[in-house]
Amino acid sequence: MAAPNVRLTWGDTGRALLTSLWFVFLTFPFLAVKINPAEQTVLWRWPNLIHVAVTTFLLSLAACLYRQYREARLDRKTEDDLPVGHNPLHLLWTRPGVRLPLLAGASAIALVFPLLFSTYQTNIMITALLYVMLGLGLNIVVGVAGLLDLGYVAFYAVGAYSYALLNLHFGIGFWTALPLGALLAALFGILLGFPVLRLRGDYLAIVTLGFGEIIRLILENWNDFSHGPSGIANIPRPGFFGLDLSLEGSITYLYYLMLGLVLFTVFVVNRLQNSRIGRAWFALREDEIACQAMGIDKTRTKLTAFALGATWAGMAGVIFAAKTTFINPASFTFLESAIILCIVVLGGMGSIIGVILAALLLILLPEYLRPLADYRMLAFGTVLVAMMVFRPRGLISPVRRTYTVRGRTISDEPA
Amino acid sequence: MEYFVELFFSGLTRGAIYALIALGYTMVYGIIGLINFAHGEIYMIGAFTALIAATVLSLFNLPLPALLFLSLAAAVIWASAYGYTIERVAYRPLRGAPRLSPLISAIGMSIFLQNYVLLAQTPDFIPFPALIPEFAALEPYAGVVGSSDLVILLSTALIMLLLSLFIKFTRTGKAMRATAQDRTMAALVGINVNRIIAATFVVGSALAAVGGLLIASHVGQINCFIGFIAGIKAFTAAVLGGIGSIPGAVLGSLILGLTESFATGYVSSDYEDVFAFSLLVLILIFRPAGLLGKTSTEKV
Repeated sequence: MAAPNVRLTWGDTGRALLTSLWFVFLTFPFLAVKINPAEQTVLWRWPNLIHVAVTTFLLSLAACLYRQYREARLDRKTEDDLPVGHNPLHLLWTRPGVRLPLLAGASAIALVFPLLFSTYQTNIMITALLYVMLGLGLNIVVGVAGLLDLGYVAFYAVGAYSYALLNLHFGIGFWTALPLGALLAALFGILLGFPVLRLRGDYLAIVTLGFGEIIRLILENWNDFSHGPSGIANIPRPGFFGLDLSLEGSITYLYYLMLGLVLFTVFVVNRLQNSRIGRAWFALREDEIACQAMGIDKTRTKLTAFALGATWAGMAGVIFAAKTTFINPASFTFLESAIILCIVVLGGMGSIIGVILAALLLILLPEYLRPLADYRMLAFGTVLVAMMVFRPRGLISPVRRTYTVRGRTISDEPA
Repeated sequence: MEYFVELFFSGLTRGAIYALIALGYTMVYGIIGLINFAHGEIYMIGAFTALIAATVLSLFNLPLPALLFLSLAAAVIWASAYGYTIERVAYRPLRGAPRLSPLISAIGMSIFLQNYVLLAQTPDFIPFPALIPEFAALEPYAGVVGSSDLVILLSTALIMLLLSLFIKFTRTGKAMRATAQDRTMAALVGINVNRIIAATFVVGSALAAVGGLLIASHVGQINCFIGFIAGIKAFTAAVLGGIGSIPGAVLGSLILGLTESFATGYVSSDYEDVFAFSLLVLILIFRPAGLLGKTSTEKV
């Protein structure tokens, strides 16, 4: 593919210069000045402004080039202009002889991971897998059914607290708590879903956000029920047929358990997406009114999506409680919901493999790049905005299933 | 009785601040139908800019009124600049995209701004200087209504008056109303829709900045997370009054402020935020159009 004709004019450079000046002005009070209110002193940090100026200048030149490149491509209308799902990553994925070895390699690494690496690394990996599960669960709600749920962490909290409290009061073990936590979370999903699912998309987002905060605030303030901000400690790790495992052994065990659950999740979500209800979700996401006109029960379809999404969050919550052996309300803030949303958006709404990769990327990267860990949330915010502006379909765009009817291919891609 | 009056005034003050923020939500929603999630962050940016400006200027030993005026100007200028830039960077490229896209982009912007201020300044609560002067004449009533309460109420009333005059009589205000009614039609009669939308963001941000300075000076401390809760509550107020309606936003804010004040005063202060969120959930379930909003039916 020949590079389209892209060049920078003096006008573009001038505009980039103006943009960088504007951002210097914008960031001046925050980056150039550092106040110390206790001593009423001010620290001047002029070099920061130079960094801002240079970075924004280069970025704005890059943006200009990108725009020209895109326009040139659109003008030519060549085979680059293929429908979604034909990006390089996806082409690589579908090429014969790539998919199988790739999958085999990934599963081999996943299987021997705890044997090769230390307990610490395994622990990080368990967290990453937990987020894969949460991402896949939220993917049902946001990615597939198109309902923006900003209070997803509430269901996660319900799962975690149901294990912690049931264990504390009734001595219920992990394996009983796992389905119970999932069930309770699903129940909460339905309870919340009934009244709010009639609302339009953006209202739904705010109500779920409010619901998430209400759950957290209740957990924080109702001391008799949830032990308040100090949380619940000494939650037992999962048992292995009554065997007493060492700390190392139980973490390895938890890793394999988590791996199995993620595979189970992938299997279920994959089957769901291609089922009757899954197709109804996709239809609902694309056009609610047309969907109703086709005779799909809107409320029931939305409710199933909500309840099923909550189920995975509940299960992940139980595992989270068992993994950390200590929970308190601080683990269930809005930021947690935002991270999970970021995973779904980055992965491409509705794409399973995309969500898995995005979860691993977003959780493992800050762990291994410790110096950058402070900038984690800043990067998450940027990712959300940049993805919406540049690649609304995610890193790996989901591929719509095509159905073959009497030799003809019917694609359900919107024309 | 005195306790009741005290709660009443503190509720009104809260409501006035919510109103200043809620107006930004309602104006933006009215014009492009977007819940500007980052609006609470603009309010935080306004308060922070005022604090930074006040600290820098206090090195020059300026008198209090000059300090107040200059920090207010700085807060308004920078908050408006941020509001404008956010619209350009995060929302304008998404016009015509599916509804969820700008909303997710707005959430991203909100997280970004919070952490930008956190990294650039500090994650801790920092004291905010008392920029609003104490009036000697109010001394006998200090237990019931403070000077800053009075200043907040009066300045909010003044701003509301100016805003309604602006919307009603100026060219830009008329263009805003036209764009809110029908964007395509407004463009057809020669209104530069993009510029009007940007102007709406600027006006909303300026109001939020004023609110930020007033409340920060009233409470006496700020950190980079104040925008989140304040934003959601102001949004609740806007929805309560009927989103898209300017008098509705003011009415909703006052009701929310009073409810919160009485609920925390007579019931429990632990659940302060729960009251607001429950109110939001209840309104959206039973009267999604709000008190003064019009119920609209969707046409295909």
